[in-house]
Amino acid sequence: MPENSLFTIFLNGVFIENFILIQFLGLCPFLGVTKETRSAVGMSAAVIFVMTIASAVTFAVASFLLIPFNLGFLELIAFIVVIASLVQLVEYIIRKHLPPLYKSLGIYLPLIASNCAVLGLVLLNRIQDFTFVEGIVFGVAAGIGFGIVMILMSAVRERSSLVNIPSSVKGVPYAFFAATMLSMAFVNYFEVIPL
Amino acid sequence: MSTTTIIIQSIAALGGLAVVIGVILVMASRVFKVETNPLVDEVMDVLPGANCGACGYAGCGEFAEKVVEESAPIAGCPLGGFEVEQKLGGILGQDVGGETEPDYPVVHCKGGVDCVDRFDYVGIEDCKAVMMLSEGEKQCNYGCMGRGTCVRACPFGAITIGEDRLPKINFNLCTSCGLCVASCPNDIFSLGPLSENVHVRCRSHDKGKVVKSLCSKGCIGCKLCVKVCPEDAITVTDFLAEIDQEKCTACGLCIEKCPQDTIEFRE
Repeated sequence: MPENSLFTIFLNGVFIENFILIQFLGLCPFLGVTKETRSAVGMSAAVIFVMTIASAVTFAVASFLLIPFNLGFLELIAFIVVIASLVQLVEYIIRKHLPPLYKSLGIYLPLIASNCAVLGLVLLNRIQDFTFVEGIVFGVAAGIGFGIVMILMSAVRERSSLVNIPSSVKGVPYAFFAATMLSMAFVNYFEVIPL
Repeated sequence: MSTTTIIIQSIAALGGLAVVIGVILVMASRVFKVETNPLVDEVMDVLPGANCGACGYAGCGEFAEKVVEESAPIAGCPLGGFEVEQKLGGILGQDVGGETEPDYPVVHCKGGVDCVDRFDYVGIEDCKAVMMLSEGEKQCNYGCMGRGTCVRACPFGAITIGEDRLPKINFNLCTSCGLCVASCPNDIFSLGPLSENVHVRCRSHDKGKVVKSLCSKGCIGCKLCVKVCPEDAITVTDFLAEIDQEKCTACGLCIEKCPQDTIEFRE
């Protein structure tokens, strides 16, 4: 995709470079928090939120601290520290000022502090040399892509709790089968058929 | 650039970053401090922690908050029962009422295998799924389908489906949480203490003739029990007998009289 318009970046983030099913990032919440649609929605909202802010803040850290001093090789460590403390800070703020939001996101925020999907996002932002705005758009898109897959998966698993499944594949194995199907659908649809 | 400068710059950059972030976080934790009530933690320690939701709140945590705020009663935890109520009363300085009897579920259907199927159901083995197909496979729209939604809803394994395709409650395991009542799509269960001993084990509001053609155990609304009851505890509304448990003395006259054996002592 030669053109780097914001729209293509957005579509890229949601579908073609989907974080869970194509890049295999953030698999822990993908299997851990998808037993119920409600918690999957909460987790997805928290991820969209954190990814957007993380894109902005890490852009600032990279362009004002790491690049001027030629310390690009430290970005991995610096970003981990920044993201983890950012999540903590955001948690403080919404607990104080937005208690309803805290109630719905609260338990999921700490789970994201060291989530590889968020770190992967900010590193991809750097690798692709995104500008500030492009980075934020990619962050929102990645979050939404994450959310779509989480909701799909939770719907499949919720439904599967009613179905009579052989006991040997009940639970996690079943989730892995479902994940395979979903992943194949995404890969085939968005990579084999060029958009 | 020499190696030493790189090392010094790296340490300075990351160290500086760490210090700045640390200061921001410490300040934030002061500025955005939320007062939490230490009583909530104490209450949490006393609660069973099963997060069963029988109190009507989302888990033990929320119940603990509400109890401390006094918007939930200290007797609100059906799982903990009287023991937890006493402890909560001690922590919060509230008066403990008398010990109340725990409630146990009653199964309001005796149909089971005797209740005729309308069609052969093949599909997801779950009452809720069966209900989606034209109100279930049973001829009787009020009856138990015996596919064990309540068995799976019970976190304590107190319910089993017996050979008669009806749920059996094991009173030793039951904790009165009421999740089975909420899980049943046909509202087969009701809760009551063991002292309320006589129950109409039917939910059908169909006319007597219809019930008789479908089920040999259902209430046909014949009112024989109403006539025989010395305490006037039984009423029949819409072809279904109902027992006023406050008036009932468990004399057993209605049980002898009932032509369908619908009224029973609790097993």
